[in-house]
Amino acid sequence: MKQSTLIWTILMVAGGAFLLFQASKGNGRVYVREIPVDAQSSQPEGEKQDYHWNRYQQVTESEKGEPDVRFSFSRTLGLWVAAFCTLAIFSFLYGDNPIYKFTESVFVGVSAAYAMIVSFWTEIMTNLYAKLLPDLARITFFPDIDSTAEPDYLYLIPLVLSILLLWRLSPKGSWIARWPLAFFIGATAGIRLISYLETDFIGQLQSTVMPFLVFASDGSLLWIKSLRNTIFIVGVLSCMIYFFFSVEHEGIIKYISRLGIWFLMVTFGASFAYTVMGRIALLSGRLVFLFNDWLGI
Amino acid sequence: MKRTIPLLISAMTGFILIGTAFIPRFVDWGNIAMAWFNLLAAFAFILGGGNLLKMQLQKISAQQPGWGYAAVTLIAFFITLFVGLAKVGVHPNVNFPEFTWSGDYLQEDGAFWWLFEYIFTPLSATMFALLAFYISSAAFRAFRAKNTEATILLIIAVIILLGRTYASVWLTGWFPDEFILGESGIKYSDFKLQNLSEIIMEDFMTPGMRAIKIGIALGVASTSLKVLLGVDRSYLGSDQEA
Repeated sequence: MKQSTLIWTILMVAGGAFLLFQASKGNGRVYVREIPVDAQSSQPEGEKQDYHWNRYQQVTESEKGEPDVRFSFSRTLGLWVAAFCTLAIFSFLYGDNPIYKFTESVFVGVSAAYAMIVSFWTEIMTNLYAKLLPDLARITFFPDIDSTAEPDYLYLIPLVLSILLLWRLSPKGSWIARWPLAFFIGATAGIRLISYLETDFIGQLQSTVMPFLVFASDGSLLWIKSLRNTIFIVGVLSCMIYFFFSVEHEGIIKYISRLGIWFLMVTFGASFAYTVMGRIALLSGRLVFLFNDWLGI
Repeated sequence: MKRTIPLLISAMTGFILIGTAFIPRFVDWGNIAMAWFNLLAAFAFILGGGNLLKMQLQKISAQQPGWGYAAVTLIAFFITLFVGLAKVGVHPNVNFPEFTWSGDYLQEDGAFWWLFEYIFTPLSATMFALLAFYISSAAFRAFRAKNTEATILLIIAVIILLGRTYASVWLTGWFPDEFILGESGIKYSDFKLQNLSEIIMEDFMTPGMRAIKIGIALGVASTSLKVLLGVDRSYLGSDQEA
């Protein structure tokens, strides 16, 4: 047996033993509180009927002795599955391996279906089906739709465009999918052009127009505020001059654009640090899940 | 017809929407277009799912290396799709209990919620958390104070990283809250790492970000015009496409 295989085998066995020990102490179990739900049929006409079911609220382990609190198998199983998924993804740090590939494949399948389901219930059903067939939608999925709502036949246009988009999957005539795509591109271009010019161009320029020298109400110079404003304006202008490639960066332009590069380096350094911090926060979140929620350490 | 009609559709849609922004009476058209846009995007997800299905089935039928993983993807895909569409384990809306399908698809305790909570969330969070290791290792290898620009990048990144953690309190927390050079307005405590990182963010990073945003806005505007005027037709693909 290779030395590295031996070391990893020992580590895995030790880890497994530790897990069994923690599990035997009652860790890695989820307890829920049963909350009964009582409801009555909503229709004013017809026979009144009562409906009862239970809702479950997760509780801390310290509450497990209470009368309406019970062990939840499905959530406990979920906790262990989540822990397995987390460890399987982390196993990629050691190298590409079958466990990682398995969970990666599961992730691809689940996330593709998840995106489809979310868009199906939030867009297709809510904004297409309920708009085109409000009466049918009321008696099937959305009973809270206004009973006076009329079908909005304008929504036939996006329905037709959507069907044309799905034509892309057909072996022949997939060029038809270019029509909805063209609508997509045209709408994006039209909406984005205005919104970007309004918020990011005019808005940012407006915010940059500020006084170099700031005076207090008694007429004295607020030199720190003035310095900060000056740095700000010089920073924006020098960065923009660096981005202005239509002139040669020679003479005074060369020095201003160099100053712009320095400002941009500060921006990139700070953005990089923020990205690292975000990832490390996610990492610590996963470690908290493993050690706290799962192992109860 | 294959290229002219799409060009006309995109130009008409785009210019009408630009026009409506200047006519208050038609501003709602933009909202309608956005609603249609979102619907098309929702159908695009179905297209994406169909494409995933096609690719994975091709892999399985050709018995390509790793076809077993394609099967795993398909199983996970179909299970999630089924429990999400059928609202498995979802109770009806408490206000309309006689309507079996009226409950929210992401309701707690439903099977779709279980998949989201215990598979999708841990997997996506861990995937991104994994990047912490790679981003750190890349930074360790790439960050060298080779010239002025690289040095500025390195110093700023270190200050921000330290300034946003407890290390800043440990290293510079003891700086006194006293003025430097009499009543100059600047205190020693302004040089605490957490304060320094605030100053960097507000006075040095924001101008850079602002210039980048202005550049992006101009880029978006010019690219949009190129698309609407038919100068940029790359989104239509090649003529050889069926």
